[in-house]
Amino acid sequence: MKPFAYARPGDVAEAVRDVAAEPRAVFLAGGTNLVDHLRLGVARPDLVVDVRTLTSREVTDLPDGGLRLGAASTNSQVAADPRVRERWPVLAQALLAGATGQLRNMATTGGNPLQRTRCVYFQDVTTPCNKREPGSGCSAVGGYTRYHAVLGTPGALPDANAPETCIATHPSDMAVALAALDAQVQVLGPAGERTVPFPELHRLPGDDPSRDTVLEHGELITAIDLPALPVGTRSAYRKVRDRASYAFALVSVAAVVTPDGELRLALGGVAHKPWRATRAEEVLRGQQLTEDAVRAAIAAELAAAQPQPGIDSGNGFKIPLVARTVLATVRGLLPEEQS
Amino acid sequence: MDAEITLRVDGEAHRLTVDTRTSLLDALRERLGNTSPKKGCDHGQCGACTVLLDGDRALTCLALAVAHDGAEVTTADGLAPAGELHPVQQAFLDFDAFQCGYCTPGQVCSAVGVLAEFERGWPSHVTEDLTGRPEMSHDEVAERMSGNLCRCAAYVNITPAVQQAGGAR
Repeated sequence: MKPFAYARPGDVAEAVRDVAAEPRAVFLAGGTNLVDHLRLGVARPDLVVDVRTLTSREVTDLPDGGLRLGAASTNSQVAADPRVRERWPVLAQALLAGATGQLRNMATTGGNPLQRTRCVYFQDVTTPCNKREPGSGCSAVGGYTRYHAVLGTPGALPDANAPETCIATHPSDMAVALAALDAQVQVLGPAGERTVPFPELHRLPGDDPSRDTVLEHGELITAIDLPALPVGTRSAYRKVRDRASYAFALVSVAAVVTPDGELRLALGGVAHKPWRATRAEEVLRGQQLTEDAVRAAIAAELAAAQPQPGIDSGNGFKIPLVARTVLATVRGLLPEEQS
Repeated sequence: MDAEITLRVDGEAHRLTVDTRTSLLDALRERLGNTSPKKGCDHGQCGACTVLLDGDRALTCLALAVAHDGAEVTTADGLAPAGELHPVQQAFLDFDAFQCGYCTPGQVCSAVGVLAEFERGWPSHVTEDLTGRPEMSHDEVAERMSGNLCRCAAYVNITPAVQQAGGAR
């Protein structure tokens, strides 16, 4: 492991200044992904600034009926919070579907959405990877693609040597639920505070796959706000994986149905970011939320999907799997007479 | 780069100087000679290094020692002060819940954490009613223990051992 300096400043403002001033500095919270990356050589910072004890651990009610999750609240704590279990079950279910008890006790609200892809090539420093080593190429194209993207990619078999190619997926379950809930991310940076709508936090590879989010260097998540939902809203998270527990999603679905029949839908395991299914939501707008309507809407969302061939027979299975998982999830949220 | 830290391990305070890169696992094993937590994968995938960190089960391989200055650590060794076995340890013996034993200290610490989480009413991925109190069923315990791998595959005995230690029938 490369040597690094460690700092635990007096407060978050100082932590932000410390990181902003050092181009090769990183924030440390629960450490469940970063410490592994330090060991693997995926992350090679000169300075590690520990914010775990600086940001809030509290989960507090907001005046409008929403909930504020302090950045240092743990994944276990949030999943067990009676308010989250009662009013935002999609988030509790997503958190409980991720990792293990030990990891959820360590992982934080601020850190979970900022974990990096589990693409095997990203984590293997001996292979080219545009996300880890910009411009080196993408080893996943035509390689092991079972856990890779089918949406938001330039197409099937993109140019492996192009500097913008990346077909990795975002690994977080929590982030998929937060995208469906239109959570708001409170950020403190060198230039002050700002709020980022959760669906806009993560980005597609674009021309720089090394950047997972829109956050600038030195910007720190201080809290994530869950907006109040209309009384009678139902929500659920469904995850499909290779084993029953402790595995990343092949595909996952977060669905929120309001009492007036509006569906908010986000998909995991299919793209470089938690994928808010805005096309499906548009198709359904103003329509009765029936199984046929949902089937048509998800087909519209998946019209642009591009299966990636691969040495493991590729990931084309994800396209029908997403459609079926969405249907199964939404079916469970419909009033009896509609399903 | 060095840092001076204090760790309270199994009830005893230790002051030590560590390289900032030292994991809590290496600090315990290599610096303090406490070999109860085991190094399996060193990537947070096997659970052999599980301890109770400030009361909650956690993985010491993914914790930097320097980031846990002042922490209270309980290892499986510390669960049996003066040789008096913890109920979870006794249940592992009674149910023959191990073969080679390498993963056992991590399993035991994890199980103690699981029982505390049941006590607090925490739900799991397999809890049907998120707003209710979870039952200490086979499926609930198996799900909650999924972060502790046993390559001898003693799972069929580990799960009932944890249930019994927790007072489940």
